[in-house]
Amino acid sequence: MSPRRVLVAMSGGVDSSVAAALLAEQGWDVTGVHLKLADTPAHAQVQGKGCCTLADADDARRVADTIGIPFYVWDFVEEFQQAVVDDFAAEYARGRTPNPCARCNEQVKVVGLLARARTLGFDALATGHYARVEAGRLYRAADAAKDQSYVLYMLGPEELARLRLPVGEMTKPEVRATATRLGLRTAAKPESYDVCFIPDGDTAGWLERRLGRRPGAVVDTAGRALGSHQGAYRFTVGQRRGLGIAAPTPRYVLRVEPAGQRVVVGERAELAVRTVELERASATDGLGLRPGPARVRLRSHGAEIGCEVVPLGGGRVRLDLDEPCHGVAPGQAGVLYDDDLVLGGGTVVATAAAVPGG
Amino acid sequence: MPYLDYAASAPLRPEALAAMLPLLERPAANPSSQHGPGRAARAAVETAREQVAALVGAAPSQVVFTSGGTEADNLGVKGSVLAREPGARHLVASAVEHHAVLHAAEWAVAEAGGSLDLAPVDQAGRVDLDGLAAALRPGQTALVAVMAANNEVGTGQPVAGAAELAHQAGALLLCDAVQAAGSPGVDLAGDGVDLLALAAHKLGGPTGVGALVVRPGLDLHPLLHGGGQERGLRSGTMPAAALAGFGAAADLARAERASHGARLTRLRERLLAALLRAEPALVVNGDPGGDAGPPRRASLPGLLSLRFPGRRAEDLLLLLDRAGVACSSGSACASGAVSASHVLLAMGRGPAEARETIRFSLGWGSTEADVDETGAAIRDALAVLPASAALPEARDASSPAARDANSPAVHEAPAGGVR
Repeated sequence: MSPRRVLVAMSGGVDSSVAAALLAEQGWDVTGVHLKLADTPAHAQVQGKGCCTLADADDARRVADTIGIPFYVWDFVEEFQQAVVDDFAAEYARGRTPNPCARCNEQVKVVGLLARARTLGFDALATGHYARVEAGRLYRAADAAKDQSYVLYMLGPEELARLRLPVGEMTKPEVRATATRLGLRTAAKPESYDVCFIPDGDTAGWLERRLGRRPGAVVDTAGRALGSHQGAYRFTVGQRRGLGIAAPTPRYVLRVEPAGQRVVVGERAELAVRTVELERASATDGLGLRPGPARVRLRSHGAEIGCEVVPLGGGRVRLDLDEPCHGVAPGQAGVLYDDDLVLGGGTVVATAAAVPGG
Repeated sequence: MPYLDYAASAPLRPEALAAMLPLLERPAANPSSQHGPGRAARAAVETAREQVAALVGAAPSQVVFTSGGTEADNLGVKGSVLAREPGARHLVASAVEHHAVLHAAEWAVAEAGGSLDLAPVDQAGRVDLDGLAAALRPGQTALVAVMAANNEVGTGQPVAGAAELAHQAGALLLCDAVQAAGSPGVDLAGDGVDLLALAAHKLGGPTGVGALVVRPGLDLHPLLHGGGQERGLRSGTMPAAALAGFGAAADLARAERASHGARLTRLRERLLAALLRAEPALVVNGDPGGDAGPPRRASLPGLLSLRFPGRRAEDLLLLLDRAGVACSSGSACASGAVSASHVLLAMGRGPAEARETIRFSLGWGSTEADVDETGAAIRDALAVLPASAALPEARDASSPAARDANSPAVHEAPAGGVR
């Protein structure tokens, strides 16, 4: 029997490099593909910053040469621009705080690529994500510090059956050691943390260039003006710094109201929410989220809290939190876990305060 | 393993290799040195110069060897612009010129006080001479660039007509003949060309050498300064072995021109017929059947640029590569990704159409078996790839039906929505 074919999404980083190399070692027929996501001119690129720089494509290509696999660069500039970059700006303009990585995995990197890989005769798709797939279910990575299951919650059984995440079983030091053992030139490559299409990390500046200045007022819950700002998109629920107001006690962003360009601030106690509503909710088992207890993570590196899942229909679920949670921003992903198992999740659309009037 | 990417680079002809080997094995010698080995190396260079000159109907003294077609185009564009007064540095280039011409012209605009107008092309990619005439500024235009035949779609260009217009305006004509020099061939004097760019590896010679053929008495500013080789127009030690390979390939291309062109045309028609059986909806880009004769120049006999509606070039290329068939998309960007070709865009195609285009190019070693295997591989690839009217979009996440938490989630892409 000829070896099974796998397409590996190679960003040019160490994780996807090792993913490709391990699959080749295991006898898979491996093909590498690098997704070109931006049209950044070569001279404007900052070495090692952001993604899809020419240097990243070169790294991925040389790793593919080292492993001895075919390698292609695919132009996903338009898809990425529409599905991720434009969406990112539009969500901020709506007063939300989006998670572009989840969006990218849903629209481009994992789900989109899986379908295309299948069409092209590949049995599986692999990425360098830190998460585990076992028996068609999605689990947290072995390395808790690197876990990326949060941005993969939208995958269903059809996708998980064909997804391979070879580094999800490993710790980051193990991944780097493997890269060194195999002579991959990305072995010591630094991590990228920022939003990949904002290489300088200045999200507010990037949004201002995209959306223009939209001056407005910073107000308290009674509607009294406390200060002014240059754009409501600069604020995220739970934010304390940079409000530009003087107050005797710390003030936090409670709500962002883009319609009137109002940013509502208040006391920390007013930030506490007890219920959260998710939209576009999905379950990794494909059967739908069921009523009952679970644990939920409401931001990328946030803590998890116990909750009761209450399906509402129409792709919505309500989460009744066991304890108040401070600073839940609409637009973020709410991801449900049962221990290490990812149950599914959705996008936060609404929250209800623990304190009336908040 | 069919190789149908001759327009990107042709395999080295055995005769070219045979001409090169003695010079590579021999003790080192600089063709400019005044001793026996030096004279032998110089003799090889001058033989090559005669062979290359004969290919394009020029005198040997007109041939300036360069590192390739790109350098020849750069020397032609920048060299003629820099030789003119700052007030007379206007350039006109056809919109379908190679980037070696277009980007050199953009450099002249940005760095040398030049200005640039693009001459439009018709739907077949052929330069519109009226449009070109309108872009000229008599007394100010330094150079007009019109290639002999386009490298992406093969369309032959009205070089003689462009030269006449250029000369009337007091400008020079640069003709990039990198693709056309073998078949259908170019005629320097007959077409009124002042500067003609050539590359060895498109003819079956080695990479790394080319030539700019320069009409006598013409003022050109050198780009590389040093030992003053090539009449001061291109300093640098001449690579005798590579040039011997260039000369041998040029000699063969000239001798075989008529038979080669007819053979490539037959092979191309055989390939097109096979592909049309596999995909009746395919669209031919350019004008591959273009006949010679004023004001039209013959198209490239071995080139076929095809659009497969609803199929992404990237997908087809991967499947063809897996089947051992080498061909290419119209153009590739620095990262290697398939990008929308400026040639197809200039011809009025949309970006989506441009991304559905594959270029097959045949050459000296192509056989009927290559063509038939390619036809079969395309048939197989098309059977696998569903045609989709729209460019790929990941599944419609905004559709509530696909995201209902209480009904079984739909995880399959909508039919045809994802490729």
